Amino acid sequence: MVALLGRFPALAGASLLVEAGETVLLQGPNGAGKTTLLRLCAGLVRPESGQAQVLGHDLSVDGRAVRRQVAMLGHATGLYEDLSVAENVSFWAQAAGLGKSLAAQRATGALARMGLDERLLSLPVSRLSAGQRRRASLAALAVRRPQLWLLDEPHAGLDQTGRNVVDELISDAVAAGATVLVASHELERVRSLNPRVVTVAGGLIVKDTGGPK
Amino acid sequence: MKSLLSEAWLVASKDLRIEARSRVLTNQVAPFAVLVLVLFGFALDADQRTLRMFAPGLFWVAVLLCLLLAVQRSSAVESADDAATGLRMAGLAPAAVFLGKSAAIFVQLLVLELLLTAGIIVFYGSSVKNLFLWLIAGLVTALAVATTGTLYGALASGLGVRETLLPILLLPVLAPVLIGATRAYDDALGAAAVDGWAWTGLLAMFAVVASTLGALAYGALVED
Amino acid sequence: MTNPTSSVATTGSPGSRALGLATLAGLVGLLVLAFVLTEPDVRIHPSTGQEIGQFDAVRLLYLHVPMAVITYVAYSLAAFASAGYLIKRTPWWDVTAHAAAEVGTVFCFLVLVTGSIWGRPVWNTWWEWGDVRLMTTLILFLMFVGYLALRRTAADPRVQARRAAVVALVAIVDLPLVNRSVEWWENRTLHQKSTLGELKIEDLTLFTLMVGFLVFLMVFAWLLLHRFRVGWLTLAAGEHQVAAAIKERRAEADGSGVASAVGETS
Repeated sequence: MVALLGRFPALAGASLLVEAGETVLLQGPNGAGKTTLLRLCAGLVRPESGQAQVLGHDLSVDGRAVRRQVAMLGHATGLYEDLSVAENVSFWAQAAGLGKSLAAQRATGALARMGLDERLLSLPVSRLSAGQRRRASLAALAVRRPQLWLLDEPHAGLDQTGRNVVDELISDAVAAGATVLVASHELERVRSLNPRVVTVAGGLIVKDTGGPK
Repeated sequence: MKSLLSEAWLVASKDLRIEARSRVLTNQVAPFAVLVLVLFGFALDADQRTLRMFAPGLFWVAVLLCLLLAVQRSSAVESADDAATGLRMAGLAPAAVFLGKSAAIFVQLLVLELLLTAGIIVFYGSSVKNLFLWLIAGLVTALAVATTGTLYGALASGLGVRETLLPILLLPVLAPVLIGATRAYDDALGAAAVDGWAWTGLLAMFAVVASTLGALAYGALVED
Repeated sequence: MTNPTSSVATTGSPGSRALGLATLAGLVGLLVLAFVLTEPDVRIHPSTGQEIGQFDAVRLLYLHVPMAVITYVAYSLAAFASAGYLIKRTPWWDVTAHAAAEVGTVFCFLVLVTGSIWGRPVWNTWWEWGDVRLMTTLILFLMFVGYLALRRTAADPRVQARRAAVVALVAIVDLPLVNRSVEWWENRTLHQKSTLGELKIEDLTLFTLMVGFLVFLMVFAWLLLHRFRVGWLTLAAGEHQVAAAIKERRAEADGSGVASAVGETS
């Protein structure tokens, strides 16, 4: 697949096949195209050439149906600063199609697993630190119980506690049978999950420990 | 259809809740609205009788200027932390997002129109002769400009020049609405002898077309 | 795609040069007809016996009216091509829409200017608020100025093309209003009704007007052709850049930076 960011070919011919339930680590130098690859899987970027199929759906045809099964954590947190953590999680859960009561139910659990102190929940997001926001963002995504997790450098900028929380989230997801793609520089942490390792550079996949047999 | 409306309601209530917390409308836009009326008063330096004649036009110009601020704010809320991508990823129908955001701007405009009406009564000596016409024309125009504004807000977003591009894109399209609304209020405020209801009918048509086109086009605009 | 036939970088071609020469000749002919050979509009008032009429100002109409028609043609083409782009999504439609809109805006501006200059002596004003045709034309002009502003933003070409298409299609709704305004709002305009339909013009006047239509059509075609080529070449240059960038990017993959970035020891 070739994917363009404006005129710049972020992906210059990458090809990737991931089975359901696999855990994949994307590694590579900065600017290699890892983020674009993840965004492509999320259906946010349309390939210039080539095809992208996620969970059996061709993204160029039916982007929306797939999206609710996919959770993507990018560099931005995607939270509304003026609303509280609880309100954000509730909104995003309902936006993804969960009913109000179900959303509320799952929210408390997800927020607790993210290690966010109860007192923080009613604070506006603008008052939280970057690490706390990241965790709130993950909680909002976790409520959906997605089948595919796309994590773009989830550990970046977090303190030790935060990083542990992220690790737990990934293991929970893996245990629940979800497919997880993680782009990370925190190689040691993710390697402990025994993932398939895909190396991306120059917009291409240069190395792959897994792949079609 | 039901899910479209409930999704729109979700987005609208989210936007209004954000407004309730941040109070941008009450603290910044509303004072600006009054300021515009005051500036017109200074610039025109006229007696109240003359100002009463111009009041409908000045009123709607003030509304349009406030609309620019409201649309910018509505757009900025989504781009702040890239919540816009989140909205796409959540699988919300784009038409629902459009309707929800338009509805939120619509409500805010109604509040501003109320305030501005009080403003022209106080500053320009206007009076509402036909309350029903004032109400209906106000509602219809607010709908027309809120939906058009939301559509053009999406057109101008993500380019880094939204603040300067939005006015030049949006205001010429709304020029006919300005004319129509002014005529309708000329009648409602007794400033001139025109058929306000005919103009209100035209405004209603504009509002319907804008809402429909906006709902259809919004999806194509926010996707990559 | 046409190839330039000279070694100097140009969007010219034998065909377009021929058209250009013919257009120039036509323009000269038109100007001679309009400003020298035709008579000024002088009539005798039935009761006072005074001389009334537009006098020499009428000469501007030989420019103003044809340019107005070309504005309609240009903007209609821009809207049609915009719709075509949204349906077909090929760059040809997009470049055509952009070129037509840009040339159309130049014509629209000239229409407004010649109209204003004509209006000063004849209607005794540079501008007339409340004249529906003037207002709708001005709005049309402003909407396409906005279109051109959008076109110049540094956005992803596909995103820009799509948004511009929407702007053009909304703007074109104003066009029938401009054209029909003198009929639908008879009392609200100083403009006369269709020049050809109502006004009794004849002989040289009619001939000059016809020449005007033809000449400005040629001007439009020539400008459109060149503007299209510029747009097309810009696009091609961009794609060239992309292909080169892809090559470069792939070369990155062979660099030694990869191994160190993933913490491997060689």
